[in-house]
Amino acid sequence: MQQVVLTIIGKDKVGIIAKVSCKLAEYNMNIININQNIMQGFFNMVLIAETDEATVSIKEAKEIFAKLGEEIGVEIRLQSADIFKAMHRI
Amino acid sequence: MLFNTQDILETTRMITENKLDVRTITMGISLRDCSHADIEKTSAKIYDKICRKAQNLVKTGEDLEAELGVPIINKRISVTPISLVGESCDESDYTPLAAALDKAGKAVGVNFIGGFSALVDKGYTKGDRRLIASIPSALAATDIVCSSVSVGSTKCGINMDAVTEMGKIVLATARATADKDAIGCAKLVIFCNSVPDNPFMAGAYHGVTEPETVINVGVSGPGVVKKALEEVKDGDIGQVAETIKRTAFKITRVGQLVAQEAAKRLDTQFGIIDLSLAPTPAIGDSVAHILEEMGLECTGCPGTTAALALLNDAVKKGGLMASSYVGGLSGAFIPVSEDAGMIRAVERGCLTLEKLEAMTCVCSVGLDMIAVPGSTTAATLSAIIADEAAIGMINNKTTAVRLIPVPGKGVGDKVEFGGLLGHAPIIAVNTFDPSRFIGRGGRIPAPVRSLTN
Repeated sequence: MQQVVLTIIGKDKVGIIAKVSCKLAEYNMNIININQNIMQGFFNMVLIAETDEATVSIKEAKEIFAKLGEEIGVEIRLQSADIFKAMHRI
Repeated sequence: MLFNTQDILETTRMITENKLDVRTITMGISLRDCSHADIEKTSAKIYDKICRKAQNLVKTGEDLEAELGVPIINKRISVTPISLVGESCDESDYTPLAAALDKAGKAVGVNFIGGFSALVDKGYTKGDRRLIASIPSALAATDIVCSSVSVGSTKCGINMDAVTEMGKIVLATARATADKDAIGCAKLVIFCNSVPDNPFMAGAYHGVTEPETVINVGVSGPGVVKKALEEVKDGDIGQVAETIKRTAFKITRVGQLVAQEAAKRLDTQFGIIDLSLAPTPAIGDSVAHILEEMGLECTGCPGTTAALALLNDAVKKGGLMASSYVGGLSGAFIPVSEDAGMIRAVERGCLTLEKLEAMTCVCSVGLDMIAVPGSTTAATLSAIIADEAAIGMINNKTTAVRLIPVPGKGVGDKVEFGGLLGHAPIIAVNTFDPSRFIGRGGRIPAPVRSLTN
């Protein structure tokens, strides 16, 4: 199962999760886990999604979500989960 | 498989704030089937083979970079030592072969191509002689070609004829590229105990024991190690070593992932991971700053060699478990012009050539990217090469010399190479004369391997 990790950091505002999850659905990516909090007015979220049925490649998705981040005014990084598996799982 | 949020944020911070990167994906390509008596035909065969084998290298690197979110700074090629490939040519000047490498490297879009090399640990063949004589013009005529010459090894001793000649070749290369602050010398390295699977430049070549093509990866991350050490400010040395080990493990796992994936996509054998801490001139990417984080006022002060030995050993111990195949030059690099902390230490008058020599006894690789006065004689350069080769030969390790005698510049002047090669203050060189010793020629016999005192 191919997974991606989205890390979203920025100033908190209404609708960040709504817009991100909407975009994930648009490209047929399935959310597996969300971990989100607000610290001193800053929005932090780590979202894991499954992309086996996605309609775009990881490379394209990275650009799409970086652009969405700019529109919302937060930073969105999308990466293959493989790098986290390599670093934190033996 | 789900992840701990802290782990994910740690990885992201390593990349965004601490400059974690994969320094290089280097594709080794055998050119053993490119020999021909006609140098033009040899050049054409070299060009065609490199373009064919490496056509997808840069794209694969860029794809992996985008998907994994970790920068892959360089994509490079190493080839069979050209002294072997050119041996059958009737021509005595091998510059056209270097030009073919340059053209092919540029055509496939790599940053550097290494292998304009000769291995003369014990003596010369006809091809070795011709290649070495061609180095100054080859490096002046090309932009991305790197050259290396191996002059000794623990098994063979040191070829002092080659050492003598290389002092002259380094000077000639400096003069041939004098208009660009002797940048040719930044692409020329002289080895003892050279390795055939090194992915780092300028010393990469594709050894004769290597397969047809291979992917070798060099990792990096001095900034990540320094950041980790900031968390153990009050810890004892054992904690420092443990922290470096853990960090090196994580860094190397990323390299392993990239190497395996790149090899798979390029339908090529995965060779090795080079467990390295390779600095860049950027702030926050310095090996010297790690040593200073350990508690030294300035790199080069007493204690530097011990701190570096600890760092180098811990990097290897952490990295070894993270990768299935380890090789190359594995260890911390100390290229002066490419490390903001080293540059500063030289400017403060704390780091000298003699201390750097001591440091090379305990780390990878040698006297690297050090700018010296243009007035330095060929005999002195040869003697420095001999000293460094002796350290490698006796200690059974790889050592190298990459000195840049900058024409018209002296101690106190600065030289700017640009990009990853950085900038450097000219460092003082002992001017007492070794020329009678160097002028003797011959070979230093291979050393005894027991009675080690």
